[in-house]
Amino acid sequence: MDWVLIITQLLNGLQLGLLLFLLASGLTLVFGIMDFVNLAHGALYMIGAYFCASLSEVTGSFLLGIAIAIPVTAAAGAILEVSIIRRLYSKDHLDHVLATFGLILCFDTMVHFFWGPEGKAIELPAFLDGRLAILPGVEFPTFRLSIILAGLLIAFGLYFIISHTKTGMLIRAGASNRQMVSAHGIDIKSLFTIVFAVGAAMAGFAGMMISPITEASIGMGNEIIIVAFVVIIIGGIGSIKGAFLAAILVGLIDTMGRSFLDTLLKIIVSEESAETAAPALSAMAIYILMATILAFRPQGLFPPKGR
Amino acid sequence: MRNLLTRKSFNFAFIISVGLLALLPLYVEMTGDDFYLDLANRLMILAIAAVSLNLILGHGGMISFGHAAYLGIGAYSVGIPAYYEIYDGLFQIITAVFVSGVFALLTGAVSLRTKGVYFIMITMAFTQMAFFGIVSIEEYGGDDGLVIDTRSTFGNFFDLEDTVTLYYFVFVSLLISLFIVKRIMESRFGMVISGSKSNERRMQSIGYNTYRYKLVCYVLSGCLCGYAGALLGNFTNFISPEMMDWTASGELIFMVLLGGSGALLGPLWGAASFVLLEEWLSSITTYWHFFFGALLILVVLFARGGIDGLLSKIGLSK
Repeated sequence: MDWVLIITQLLNGLQLGLLLFLLASGLTLVFGIMDFVNLAHGALYMIGAYFCASLSEVTGSFLLGIAIAIPVTAAAGAILEVSIIRRLYSKDHLDHVLATFGLILCFDTMVHFFWGPEGKAIELPAFLDGRLAILPGVEFPTFRLSIILAGLLIAFGLYFIISHTKTGMLIRAGASNRQMVSAHGIDIKSLFTIVFAVGAAMAGFAGMMISPITEASIGMGNEIIIVAFVVIIIGGIGSIKGAFLAAILVGLIDTMGRSFLDTLLKIIVSEESAETAAPALSAMAIYILMATILAFRPQGLFPPKGR
Repeated sequence: MRNLLTRKSFNFAFIISVGLLALLPLYVEMTGDDFYLDLANRLMILAIAAVSLNLILGHGGMISFGHAAYLGIGAYSVGIPAYYEIYDGLFQIITAVFVSGVFALLTGAVSLRTKGVYFIMITMAFTQMAFFGIVSIEEYGGDDGLVIDTRSTFGNFFDLEDTVTLYYFVFVSLLISLFIVKRIMESRFGMVISGSKSNERRMQSIGYNTYRYKLVCYVLSGCLCGYAGALLGNFTNFISPEMMDWTASGELIFMVLLGGSGALLGPLWGAASFVLLEEWLSSITTYWHFFFGALLILVVLFARGGIDGLLSKIGLSK
């Protein structure tokens, strides 16, 4: 085995995991507190990326672009919540799925309308565009490293807010018993809007971080949102801790599976069948993981208490 | 239930639409414009798929977000044999129904242990598995899909190569599947299914093993949708993993809800309005998806009960 490759892929897995966490944490909070299934969360990931692409172009700086795009995406999330999402909370899950599916169509078309059908690339500043030697002989792209760093910082910040501040306490209380919180006189409506906007900002930020690598494109959120759902289902809906661990797990399994499964399979079966089975199995790995976990723990790994 | 209890009443809208569908090929013959034939063909095939989804979603309350998997399985059950130059329709259809049934049994056994959102998501996850499974098999085209050069043949009796033959084959299939679902829902089995939708705990305390009933219902629905998939493969002559993309499952749910979930004929209205709207809006503007999405949101906010609900209100449906 090639150790350099293993370390690089572990870091890539971690980077994917943290990106997934940025998406999943907002999703799991919205889901946990408001009991709302938001398929359109991936659309916020997409518009975050597009806002950032345009703003970086206008300001001429990627970092400035991000700095402006984050509050803009949060505002877009807040507007969305107040205008449409809020009317859906009282409906059932099927309605949520359907309406947010409609929202995806609307968002994809709006992006098509305003930005055109082509994807938009984002140019990185020189100091992020290189590679960094993290260990002797092991080089890793600086930008991917900064995604890991930013992801860990946000995860830590979120942990701090949720477990050590009053707002965080309300969010946790909301996740386990919504009615009780509002019976105590808490303005749950505004809390919902804030949580939704923060979730939108995090999803948007994830989109901004990925698009210098892949470029912003229409429907970019539609694949990854499903993976983010897998993450929060595995982690247990409403649990930030669960989302974090599941995101890292899913990120690592997906990345490692894609790069090493064929080597592993070759030990057990013939070379030829390993080469045909490996891509299929590694693409399915996270779904197999989810099905296995749900078969034994139908509520995920860390179901929130009190339900 | 409402539909089952008052089934003697005269269903005006249904008779009209069946009549129109039956006579459509004559009109096409006269005008030579087979655009409408293709449109109606697609409409009816999707209606069969929606009927099958309605069986578990509308009647059984099981929100499957992965029903497109069976469309894909059915289509590939036509495509893969055709790839090896096996065009026998009976073989293809039996394969489609059987493989769909097995897939539904295996995934249903796991999925039905979960409830609510978990069920929605796990059914979607299983479909993603099927999707990626097909994508990674290069032999059958992978991402690019597979062209079916010859449609199914049924011995020396007939084949589906001719569009009008295919049309009537689909037409009869639609009527039969509506009839089957109607009989299922009127049977004791169907009563247990609707019972466990409205109050599962009560059904269990009466002594029914609702898990088993639901699993059987889930498998039946999968088989029927697999059959629709086999028709779809024949109709499009081209199959690709796209058919089982999660958005395709979403569209099926939309058809069921747009038509009115739980109503026998709801899926027919739903599929019809879906296909016609898609056709109409996309002829007006490139940005038609926006209006489609907006319509979805409006249906959810203001028109639960769907088209069948509206039709009953004005007395055109039972």
